[in-house]
Amino acid sequence: MALLAVTVLGTDRPGIVAEVTGYLSRLGGNLEDSTMTLLRGHFAMVLVVSTERALSDVEAALAPVSADGSLDVSVRPVPEAGVAAVSGAPYLLSVHGGDRPGIVSSMLGVVAGVGGSVTDLTTRLSGDLYVLVAEVDLPTGTDVAALHRALRVAAESLDVDVSLRPVDTDLL
Amino acid sequence: MDASLLPELPEGRVLPVVRAPAHVLSGPGAEVDPLDPAVVQLAADLLATQRVSPGCVGLAAPQVGVGWRLFSLDVTGHPKARTVHGPVVLANAEVVEASRWEKGREGCMSVPDLTGDVRRAGRVLVSGVVPGTGERLEVRTDAFEARAYQHEIDHCAGLLFLDRVAGAHAIHQRKTYL
Repeated sequence: MALLAVTVLGTDRPGIVAEVTGYLSRLGGNLEDSTMTLLRGHFAMVLVVSTERALSDVEAALAPVSADGSLDVSVRPVPEAGVAAVSGAPYLLSVHGGDRPGIVSSMLGVVAGVGGSVTDLTTRLSGDLYVLVAEVDLPTGTDVAALHRALRVAAESLDVDVSLRPVDTDLL
Repeated sequence: MDASLLPELPEGRVLPVVRAPAHVLSGPGAEVDPLDPAVVQLAADLLATQRVSPGCVGLAAPQVGVGWRLFSLDVTGHPKARTVHGPVVLANAEVVEASRWEKGREGCMSVPDLTGDVRRAGRVLVSGVVPGTGERLEVRTDAFEARAYQHEIDHCAGLLFLDRVAGAHAIHQRKTYL
């Protein structure tokens, strides 16, 4: 059983998800993880599919999706990564302020500097307002107060606001 | 509904609403003197501005460019409201008790094109002082009115819903359906 990553990018229209997953289903593919969103109105989807079929069969099956040139489809093999046990704690980083180059790289550079890992990220540009929300895993032993101070310093130099909070996880 | 929570106010003026990333929205507001005529006038202005803004259930002083701890609020007629106290103006308010946390999607006139999923208390006790009388007012409320109080009190502390969203996928483009 091979694991394939299918990426679909392009002009949005109704029915793309149904069409792509329909072709994969008819091949006997099983959707493991998937994410889809609209980025500035453009369709963007990544699916991880497990299948017995060859990569070339999957590409051939999905060929009609990109036939009119409005969507790009790529299929590539991915290794079985499994879900690694994480030592550390999840935090939510929220940044907002006037749009300017370098907000994401500067703020997440500070997180990377303490060994933090981004597990989920959304950025939005709305008029002049730039918003970044990232879920980050901080390694065990991270001095969170010192990280928060470093983030505030970086935020001040970019003239944006920053907050860092533990992610609420309620186990029921 | 208890309309008597509203003090006698001068005629309010409709003020322009500022939008993020205006700095006034990110700094903590100053405590105000509830008997200062400028505070009473601004309370009336906030209510007047809120009333002419479609769908607006509350407006805080920073949203009209003034870094004060003052807001107006009125969730009357909102379908998600349970307890409704009618129009209120309140200064130097704080949340005293909070329980029954639940996630809900909210928007803001100062962040007009985005909405966010925010965890708020579904039951609160809010305490503040009434502009014009200086009387302490305690409001115990729930559901949507509780959410609105927390949103406005956050504005007075320099916080937007963007600072409280529940996750990386909790910010959404506001959609307009024709």
